[in-house]
Amino acid sequence: MTPKNLMQRREFLGATGMLTGLIAAGTPLALLAPGRAWAMDLHALSSSEGATVMAVCRTIAPHDKLDDAAYALVVQSIDGDAAKNADTLKMLRDGLGHLGPAFATATESTRVQALTAIESSPFFKTVRTSTLGVLYATPMAYAYFGYEGEAFSKGGYLVRGFNDLRWLPEVPLADSGPVPGA
Amino acid sequence: MAAISQDDSDAVVIIGSGAGGGTLAHELTRRGIKVVLIEAGARQSLETFSQVPGDAFAQLTWLEPRTITGTSTVAQDYPTLPSWTCKTVGGTTVHWTGATPRIRPWEIRSRTTYGEIKGASLIDWPVEYSELEHYYDLAEKRMVVTRRNGNPGLPASNHFKVMYNGAKRIGYKRVHTNYMAINTKPADGRGLCIQQGFCVQGCKTGAKWSTLYTEIPRAEATGNLDLRVQCRASRIEHGDNGLVTGVVYRDPQGNEQRQKARIVCVACNSVETARLLLLSESARFPHGLANSSDQVGRNYSCHTGGFVWGIFDKPIHFYRGTTLAGIVEDETRHDPTRGFAGGYHLELAALDLPSLPLAGLPSTMWGRDFAFVLEHYRSMAGIFINGEDMPRATNRITLNSNVKDSFGLPVANIHVDDHENNAAMRAHAQKQAKALYEAVGAIRVVHSRQTPATHNMCTARMSKDPRDGVANPHGQTHDIANLFIADGSAMSTPGSANPTLTIVALALRQAEFIAAQMSARNI
Repeated sequence: MTPKNLMQRREFLGATGMLTGLIAAGTPLALLAPGRAWAMDLHALSSSEGATVMAVCRTIAPHDKLDDAAYALVVQSIDGDAAKNADTLKMLRDGLGHLGPAFATATESTRVQALTAIESSPFFKTVRTSTLGVLYATPMAYAYFGYEGEAFSKGGYLVRGFNDLRWLPEVPLADSGPVPGA
Repeated sequence: MAAISQDDSDAVVIIGSGAGGGTLAHELTRRGIKVVLIEAGARQSLETFSQVPGDAFAQLTWLEPRTITGTSTVAQDYPTLPSWTCKTVGGTTVHWTGATPRIRPWEIRSRTTYGEIKGASLIDWPVEYSELEHYYDLAEKRMVVTRRNGNPGLPASNHFKVMYNGAKRIGYKRVHTNYMAINTKPADGRGLCIQQGFCVQGCKTGAKWSTLYTEIPRAEATGNLDLRVQCRASRIEHGDNGLVTGVVYRDPQGNEQRQKARIVCVACNSVETARLLLLSESARFPHGLANSSDQVGRNYSCHTGGFVWGIFDKPIHFYRGTTLAGIVEDETRHDPTRGFAGGYHLELAALDLPSLPLAGLPSTMWGRDFAFVLEHYRSMAGIFINGEDMPRATNRITLNSNVKDSFGLPVANIHVDDHENNAAMRAHAQKQAKALYEAVGAIRVVHSRQTPATHNMCTARMSKDPRDGVANPHGQTHDIANLFIADGSAMSTPGSANPTLTIVALALRQAEFIAAQMSARNI
């Protein structure tokens, strides 16, 4: 997709902003992503508001080596909620306005201090809940955090390392049980 | 499957198809009794269980609104999901973990054993332990429980190896892969456990016992069961003589329907059981059915606990394997020198990655501390504390008329003020779990706060004295002879055991009683 027709598509969909990024080579995510460059339309928030929301997400759940593309999905979810509900959009705008435009580029300790001050606000609780609900439920997160997910389709972990831990002594049979097929 | 007429006033109507209702339906139908089983949820199967954690949660969970008040941290952390129960055929036996320890003898005599405790509403069970034991034996055989009746235990997972070695190093003696209603080999027409780790999402091999694919199809095979799915009961009706006459429910299209009944058994899980009794108020029973004692909804009990997570610097992969196959039994005793009455189990517990931040960590945790835990997902271990909750008359289910469900009916409000005994027990358990993990090299130990209860109990409890509870020792309500409580609501006190086995045992016992009473034309 060229920049020109990307712009046309954005106008057609009524985009209000856009987040873009470049996935770092050699990360688990690079293996999953179809290409290194990504762009994501926003439908309620502006580009700068989107960037501030992303900075809030990164402060709540700071995984330094987890790519912006993973956090962008959280921003997309929050933006989608705001596009559907004017009250949500207002609540977000109020929260973002309170944090100010400098938040996104502030040091981590400054960001933590700013968020600690509004910990009990609906804005913080909403962004925190969305961050927790979205960030860890994607294939990118599974790869990054080392979660192998469902195993039924592969015969279960019975044949995929459920008992391969060797840094502690084995459990006597009397307190456990036989491994099927072993 | 039988089609039973809505005008058939000979039918027994059971509301709820989980551990209590599903088991009772099988036990009555196999004795030739016609049963209409009303279930609010849809029917899933081994094939349709979702393997995406968030989708599975949505597929199985009761998501109609509830509210919560009180000083419990659950009110702060989970205001929109104060308890975690199911709405699906099979009820919570679809998402349960399969753990089946027994309630202990002194736990059904807690009032006598612990004495008077300020701010608590303990009573002794009106049942002898020897009688309960008989039904535990039957239930364990039926559910093919590991480590009982000569069945082997489940094998040790990586996760259990961590718990086991830590527990032994701090001196615990009774540590094993738990009593589990999970097949270690094909049995009962069900598959064996392949250590998927997706117990809570619905077990796709059927290794884990559930009424969905044991009791309910067997009841259907008798020709005496009429199962009505996606039908939600809204009211139990009674006649001029004060006996119940039928159940009003909404069909899948949302239309109101009426099923006549000779007997009604309520098995909706404690929160909804109390709500339905309260919603059924009438001129004759202005405080709800079976509530002359004002005990319906009171004494709401969960289990005291939450998670403790041990963080290590070596791989564990705790999500691989049976979720709850590990237990420490040593703290399940009454020893006031520990600073509290009653006892607790430490049970193995893992969470899938999407659920860990939402369900496993307190809402006050974020930033670097929070990220540190998640960054160690590969090398963490978990314990779930399952302790005896101290019942209180003021911890109760009431109707909240300010919030309505999708049919416009008041929702349940859950009020919980944590008793100081719970706080002392939780602190002790957290200290012990921390020591356990540090004994095998944990680099850090963190704990959650109280989590939304999957174990909801005692809101229509059995009592010897009708003033102390709602039902007699058979779950028959003190006030209305043909109205029964057939779920964990009937438990007199919560004990420290995961409740499903006890609910099944009580259902087996209740079925014998109901069948005998029907034969004798007493009801």
